[in-house]
Amino acid sequence: MTNSNIDNIVLQAKNISKTFGGIKALDSVSLEIFRGQVNAVVGENGAGKSTLMKILTGIYQQYDGQIILDGQKVTFRNPKEAQNNGIAIIHQELNLIPYLSVAENVFLGREFINRFGLIDYKRMYGETKNLLERLDLYINPRIQVSNLKIGQQQIVESAHALSLNARIIIMDEPTSAISEHEIMVLFDLIRSLKSQGVAIIYITHKLDELFEIADSVTVLRDGKLIDSSTIEDVTHDDIVRMMVGRDIKDFFVKADATKSKEVFSISDLCLAHPSRQDDYIVDHVSFTVKAGEVLGLFGLMGAGRTELLETIFGLHPKSSSGSIFLSGREVKVSSPTEAINLGIGFITEDRKLEGLVLQMTVAASISLARIEQIERFGLLSTTLETRLAQDYVERLRIKTPSIQQIVENLSGGNQQKVIIAKWLATNPQILLLDEPTRGIDVNAKNEIYRLVSELTKAGLAIVMVSSELPEIMAIADRIVVLSEGKQTAEFSDLQATEELIMKAAIPKSFKLQYSSTV
Amino acid sequence: MLELKGHKEILVKFQSLLALSLMVVIFSICAEGFFTKDNFWLVLRQVSVNTCLSVGMTLVILTGGIDLSVGSILALSGAIMAGLFKNGLEFPVFNLFIGFTLIGAVIAGLVVGSFLGFFNGWMITRFKIPPFVATLAMLTIARGLTELWTGGAAITGLSKTFGYLGTGWFLGVPVQVWACAAIVVIVVIILRKTRFGRYIYAVGGNERAAKLSGLNVSRIKLLVYTITGALSAVGGLIVTSKLNSATPTAGDGYELDSIAAVVIGGTSLSGGKGSVLGTILGALIIGVLNSGLIILQVPPFWQKVIKGFVILLAVAIDKLNTKEH
Repeated sequence: MTNSNIDNIVLQAKNISKTFGGIKALDSVSLEIFRGQVNAVVGENGAGKSTLMKILTGIYQQYDGQIILDGQKVTFRNPKEAQNNGIAIIHQELNLIPYLSVAENVFLGREFINRFGLIDYKRMYGETKNLLERLDLYINPRIQVSNLKIGQQQIVESAHALSLNARIIIMDEPTSAISEHEIMVLFDLIRSLKSQGVAIIYITHKLDELFEIADSVTVLRDGKLIDSSTIEDVTHDDIVRMMVGRDIKDFFVKADATKSKEVFSISDLCLAHPSRQDDYIVDHVSFTVKAGEVLGLFGLMGAGRTELLETIFGLHPKSSSGSIFLSGREVKVSSPTEAINLGIGFITEDRKLEGLVLQMTVAASISLARIEQIERFGLLSTTLETRLAQDYVERLRIKTPSIQQIVENLSGGNQQKVIIAKWLATNPQILLLDEPTRGIDVNAKNEIYRLVSELTKAGLAIVMVSSELPEIMAIADRIVVLSEGKQTAEFSDLQATEELIMKAAIPKSFKLQYSSTV
Repeated sequence: MLELKGHKEILVKFQSLLALSLMVVIFSICAEGFFTKDNFWLVLRQVSVNTCLSVGMTLVILTGGIDLSVGSILALSGAIMAGLFKNGLEFPVFNLFIGFTLIGAVIAGLVVGSFLGFFNGWMITRFKIPPFVATLAMLTIARGLTELWTGGAAITGLSKTFGYLGTGWFLGVPVQVWACAAIVVIVVIILRKTRFGRYIYAVGGNERAAKLSGLNVSRIKLLVYTITGALSAVGGLIVTSKLNSATPTAGDGYELDSIAAVVIGGTSLSGGKGSVLGTILGALIIGVLNSGLIILQVPPFWQKVIKGFVILLAVAIDKLNTKEH
C-alpha cells in the first residue's frame, strides 16, 4: 500500500501464522486495514481468509504474530473482547435467532431496560427502526426474523453491527445470498459506512464487485499473502491469476450441445400465496426446455425462482395449478418421490439445510435418492454401493479421502458435487439447479460449469436458477426472467445483455434504477 | 486430520466398552458375589427387557423423535396377553366368549403394542404433534387402559409354559437372552443393510433433505413408532412371563432407563447419529451398575442418585470428545 496515509491505519496484523494439526492455515500473513476504506480480502476456499478473520474476531486465541489496533498491541481472549474493541463480523451463514423479532435480534444481550427492570420494547423498536432505515430497510422491527428473506436478514445483521458502534466491520461473502437489487443497497450501505470512517474488511468470491466497491485488495493463497494493492493498480484478470495461480484461459468455455427434441415444458404453472387470496408466488409461468439445453431462470429476491422449481418438483401439490409436460405427455407431480420417478432431479440452493444429510458418508449420500439400485435380495450391497459411489467420485472428480468420508468434512464445492452425483444416480432427464455455485470457490464453480456442459452434451435438459448475471449469461442457452412471480421476459443467448435482463427483473414497485457497472 | 477423526470415532465407541469393563473390574473387586456365573446371567436377564425397549428407542431417537410411552405399552401388552390367556374375552351382551391359546394371546398383545405404537406415529406424522407430547399422552392413555383392563389388580396364575420365555433356559442360556439377541441381530441388520435403515438415519440427520430426496418421511416415522410399540410388547411378554403375572404398574419408569441406555450408548438426541450396539453397551452399563450397587447394599435412593450422575458423566465425556478444536 503505497499511496495511503499511515495515520489512517486502524488495524494491523503482523506476520500472523496459525497451524492446525501440522498444516499451516496461515503462513506469516500481514495485513493493514485502513479507516474509511473497503479492504477486500480474496482467495479461494482454503486460502486462509476465514482463519484470519477468526483470529481478528477473537474466535481463535492461539496464533503467532501480532495484532495492532490503533497503534496498540491487542490480544482478544474471546469474541466479546473483539466486539468491545469495535470489531464486528457479518457471517455468510447468518447468525440470527429465527423466532425472535428483528429488534430482539439486533439488541440481543444488550436489551434496553426500563426503570422496572423490564425490557424497554418501545425504545428497542424505535432504535431498531432507525438503524434499519439507515440501511434502507423499511420493515416493522416487531416482525419475526424467520419471516424475512435472506437479504433482509443480512441487513438486520448489519444493523446489529452498527448498533455495536463497530469501527471495523468484517463482511464475509455478503453478496453470496442476495439479489442484484440488494447488492446495490448493500453497496450504498458500505459507502455510507465508509464516509463515517468505518473500516470494512470485505471478503468475496465475486471479483466484479471489487471494482465497484473496494479501495484495496489483498490476495491470499494457500495461507500465504500473495499481494496487497490498491484497486486501481490491478485488473480483474490479475486478481484471478493471483488467486488460482494459473492462467485465465483455463476458464469456462461453453460447449455446444446439440439441442434436439423438447423434453420438458410447463404451462401456466401457478403457486398460490399461502395467505393472500388471489395472489400468486408463481404466476402463470410457461416455458419449454429441449434435451441438451440449459434454461436460465433469473430473478431478484422474491421473484419466485426457488418456489417455481419447488412447484415443478411436487413440493406444493395442494396450492399449485397448471400443467407439466414430459416429452409431450402431461404428468401429475404431487410429491418429490413422483418427480424423481418421472426423471426430475432438484439440486437445492441450500446444501446444508436441504441438499445433504451431513453426517452421512459420501457413498450413502450418493445412493440415497435411488437406493433400489444398490439392493440385492432386499439388502443393501456394499459392493454395489461402492461401485456406484466410486464411479461418481471419479466422473465428477469429487475430492474426498474415501467414499466412507462423512460429507460434512468435505469442502463446499465437493459437497455440491456429491449432491449432483446423488441426482445423476437417479438417472434424471431434467435437472433443476437452484444457485448451484453459491458460496463455492472459483475453481469449484468452473468445475460445476464444466459439469453442466457435459451433462447437456449427454442429453439432459437443465433448468438453472442463478442470481449472478455473468454466470447465467455464460451458462444458459435461453434466459427466462421472473419478477414478482411473473414471467417478464425471455431471451435467447444472443439477445441477452445484463441491462436488458436486469430491466425485466426489477419489479415495478422498485424505484431503483439499475446502472450497468461492468 | 481426517484420518485422526476416524480414530477418534473408534475411540468414542471403545470408550463405553472401556467404561463397562472398568465398572466390571471395580465391582468384581469391591462387591463379593458380583463376578460369578449366576450374577452374570442375572444381569443379562435383567438387562434384556430394557434392551428390547432401548433398541426400539434407538430407532425412534435416530429419527429425531422420542417415545415416552414404552413402559406403559409394555404394561398394557403384558396385561392383554395375561388376561386373554387366562380369562379369554367375554361379551356378555352378545352372550359371546372367545378363548385364547397361549400363542393367540401373545399375538394379540403384540398386535395391541404395535397398534399403540402406530397410533403414536400417526399422531406425530398426520397431526404434527411433537413426539414428546404425543407419546407423553400415550404414556397416560396406555397406563390408564392397563388399569381398566386389570381392574387395578395383578393377573396371576398363568401356566408354566407362559413362564418359559421369562424363566427358561435353552442351550445353557436364558431364553429371554436368546430372544433379545435375536431382536438385536434383526434390528442391526435392518439399520445397516436395508433401505429402511438407511432412511431412518437420513430422516433423523436432515428431514428436509430426506424429503427432497424422495423419501416418504411420514411412512418411515410411522413404521419406526410401530416397531417400537411392538418391541415394547415383546418387553411386556418377557416381564409377564418372568413374573408369571401381569401387574398394572409393570414397566413404570422404564422409558427413562431406555432413554438413558440410548444416550449413554452415544446416540444423538437430535437424531441421525448413533447405533444399536452403542445402546446395548449403554443398557449393559446401567445393568451392571444396578447389580453392583445392589450387591454393595447401597440404599435404593442413593442408587438413583448415582445412576443419574453416571448418565451426566457419560454424556459429558461424549461431548468433550466430539468437541472440535
